[in-house]
Amino acid sequence: MGTEESKVLQVRDLRVQIKTKNGVATLVQDINFELKPGEILGLIGESGCGKTVTSMSILQLLNRKETTIEGSITLKGQELNGLAEKEMRKIRGKDIAFIMQNPMNAFTPVFTIGHQFIETIRSHTHWNKKQATELAVESMKQVNLPDPDKLLKYYPFQLSGGMLQRLMIAIAASLHPAIIIADEPTTALDVNNQKNVLHHLDRIRSEYGSAILLISHDLGVISEMADEVAVMQHGKIVEKAGVFQLFDSPTHEYTKKLLNARPALYLEEPVINLI
Amino acid sequence: MGNYILKRIMSIIPVFLLAALLTTGMIHLSPVDPAEAYLTAAHIQPTDEILAQKRHEFGLDQPFFIQYVNSIMKICQLDFGISYVSNKPVWNEVIYRIPATVQLAIASILIAVFVSVPLGFLAGVKKGSVIDHFSRLLSFFGASIPTFWLGYILVFFFSVKLNLFPVEGIGTWQHLVLPSITLALPLIAMYTRLLRASVLENLQQPYVLFARTRGLKEKTIMTKHVLRIAISPMITGLGMNLGKLLTGTIIVESVFSWPGFGRYFIEAIFNRDIPVIQCYVLIAASLFILSNLIVDIVQMYIDPRISRKEGQHR
Amino acid sequence: MITSIRTIFKSQKVIPICSIILGILFIIAILAPWITPNDPIAVNLAYKLQPPSWDFPLGTDHLGRCNLSRILYGARISLGFAILIFISSLAIGLIIGTFSGYKGGWIDHILMRFCDGVMAFPSLILVLGLVGIFGPGLSQVILALMLVQWVYYARMFRGMVLSLKEQNFISAAKISGSSQWKIIKNHIIPNVLPPLVVMGTLEMGWAIMDISAMSFLGLGVQSPTPEWGAMIHEGKSYIRTNPELMLYPGLSIMLVIVTFNLLGEALSERYGVKRRF
Repeated sequence: MGTEESKVLQVRDLRVQIKTKNGVATLVQDINFELKPGEILGLIGESGCGKTVTSMSILQLLNRKETTIEGSITLKGQELNGLAEKEMRKIRGKDIAFIMQNPMNAFTPVFTIGHQFIETIRSHTHWNKKQATELAVESMKQVNLPDPDKLLKYYPFQLSGGMLQRLMIAIAASLHPAIIIADEPTTALDVNNQKNVLHHLDRIRSEYGSAILLISHDLGVISEMADEVAVMQHGKIVEKAGVFQLFDSPTHEYTKKLLNARPALYLEEPVINLI
Repeated sequence: MGNYILKRIMSIIPVFLLAALLTTGMIHLSPVDPAEAYLTAAHIQPTDEILAQKRHEFGLDQPFFIQYVNSIMKICQLDFGISYVSNKPVWNEVIYRIPATVQLAIASILIAVFVSVPLGFLAGVKKGSVIDHFSRLLSFFGASIPTFWLGYILVFFFSVKLNLFPVEGIGTWQHLVLPSITLALPLIAMYTRLLRASVLENLQQPYVLFARTRGLKEKTIMTKHVLRIAISPMITGLGMNLGKLLTGTIIVESVFSWPGFGRYFIEAIFNRDIPVIQCYVLIAASLFILSNLIVDIVQMYIDPRISRKEGQHR
Repeated sequence: MITSIRTIFKSQKVIPICSIILGILFIIAILAPWITPNDPIAVNLAYKLQPPSWDFPLGTDHLGRCNLSRILYGARISLGFAILIFISSLAIGLIIGTFSGYKGGWIDHILMRFCDGVMAFPSLILVLGLVGIFGPGLSQVILALMLVQWVYYARMFRGMVLSLKEQNFISAAKISGSSQWKIIKNHIIPNVLPPLVVMGTLEMGWAIMDISAMSFLGLGVQSPTPEWGAMIHEGKSYIRTNPELMLYPGLSIMLVIVTFNLLGEALSERYGVKRRF
């Protein structure tokens, strides 16, 4: 469809193995997918299916001593697998941003959020504190966080989950990353905050053209946000298709099972027949 | 925050009163009759008359409660009585000897901190490495070795064999080295272990992962973020372990003939010099209580969660 | 948690090894009068400060006494008194602890605050203070150590009683008609034993450390009784010429304490019991 450059992230034949007491165990294998700019790829699966392992391999944050990663992970043409740590560090947070599941634990408790935000910005740029603060405030305004100047002086435990999650999005978006990996970004939130978070993610991808790898076990979230969907089971991708196609006519057994597990919200039969 | 400090100071007072109560009670529990001991030390033949007179002087014939109140009042004026042995005010004798002990204690704490912080930290960060194994070995043996024996071993190697340091006594900085190392080792054993465990626990926390995904340098994450949080239990341990330090000074001062407060205490025990014993126990108790308070305050600065729990923002 | 030999813990060899070592030590202690080559307190200045020989396997000390015999007898003293202290403080702690837990209310509250106070305070200073009151001497030291150690057991037993009061299985057992003895045997004892053993092991190590520290300071055992701490004290003057006088007893103390500590730690890991610092 496009040339190599139009794909922002390409994962080919990814296989991750871990050394255990009883030998070598395979965590994920035959993982193939790609992300195009401004596209959202949803990754569905139950816990333990390998979603997190996949995202951690992209970030190259798996334990290098115990795990082996085979396959190719290219970001805008640059091979990430096996990249030197020094180079990889520059990419994390700037070209690939990460949003964690539980915002309450994600921040270091003893530093203000402002401190942590600015520290992130300054580790990727040569800006001084004032410039970094301006950027931080700007990003926070975009996610509708009230009173950013004041908020920067707060400690993480003083903010609610919804605010912290939006803050994570602000930090993730501030450096205009090519990819955002969002690992269960809505799971820990109530419905209102969920909508908020998804709204901002959507805005970011259309404004900056960031591609998003959206990991979730929540089918509603995936169906609403994703363009393409990949279903994972036991460390493998069992089905991958466009979102409409997947939800309307799933082909794999497991996908069908997942979709059928949703409670139906509408009745096809007249109520009178059910009595 | 000032409120918090005030509250803590207030809670100290009943404990202090209790300690005073116990030490006053000590006189009564002791088979030694203070009046008699005093007279014997002053080389006066204790006849019944003189005994009764001395007892009256000491206030021993008064009801216990009055004695208790009297001692408290005297203590507040730093009057701990007269030493049976030297016939001089206990407080003066104590003041004369405390600086040596303080010097020893400070040197030991400094050594302990400068060794255990890097050691414990590195042991946790590089788990399974040589440093890690070394630190655990050190922690184990440091806690199992009798302090007095350690002192002699060090003396044997460094004084007798290598002639690097003097065997005992006080004077130059060389005199300070062996005693403070001896005193520091049990502390190092404990703090290293504490810090290591704390670091290991923190490395598992989500905030470390998030910091990595943000692209912060590993060194920054370790030293700025993890260390700052991990060191908190160690600081608590520092305060709690003033007791170990105090105990250590008693033994170390005896081994190295260090003329400090600890050695004086032992001499007093041999001489049945009750006022000195009382004074020591009371001072030990106060120091102990005080150190807990200081540790609490320091904790407050390091971990903002403790004092600011009220600032929840929705 | 403790040493690089964590793998040994995993293979659980530590517990049997330590127990065997301790067993041997206890046997030595008991059989001391029969297995020592010489009389430990026999002074014979003609033989003073001799190197190891057939007659005196570890040489002699400054008064011509056989070092080996003194070490072996020292085991008797240290271990013997450690057991004595353990049993008596356990007994006191058991009585007071269960009483406190059973009664509850303000009695419990006061007693436990008292225990907390004592536990928080450095034990050696308390012991020294008590010795200061009672006077120097072995029995006074033993008494002082007992009076300080019982609080740990009291707290433990009281905690046990409290949790047992709430446990359903006690009521269930009562309902199903088990006899009192059965309840105690099948329910109470398995819960009490692990923490008790862990605590006992570590406390005994501490007791030996304290006894030898006291004797070293000259406050516990009096000459000529062979006690390891006292022997170190006596060996002090000969550190230049005959360092072994202080080496042997020191190594013995270390061996015993290390064994107790290792065992205590291994047990606490095995049975998931937390120890006080």
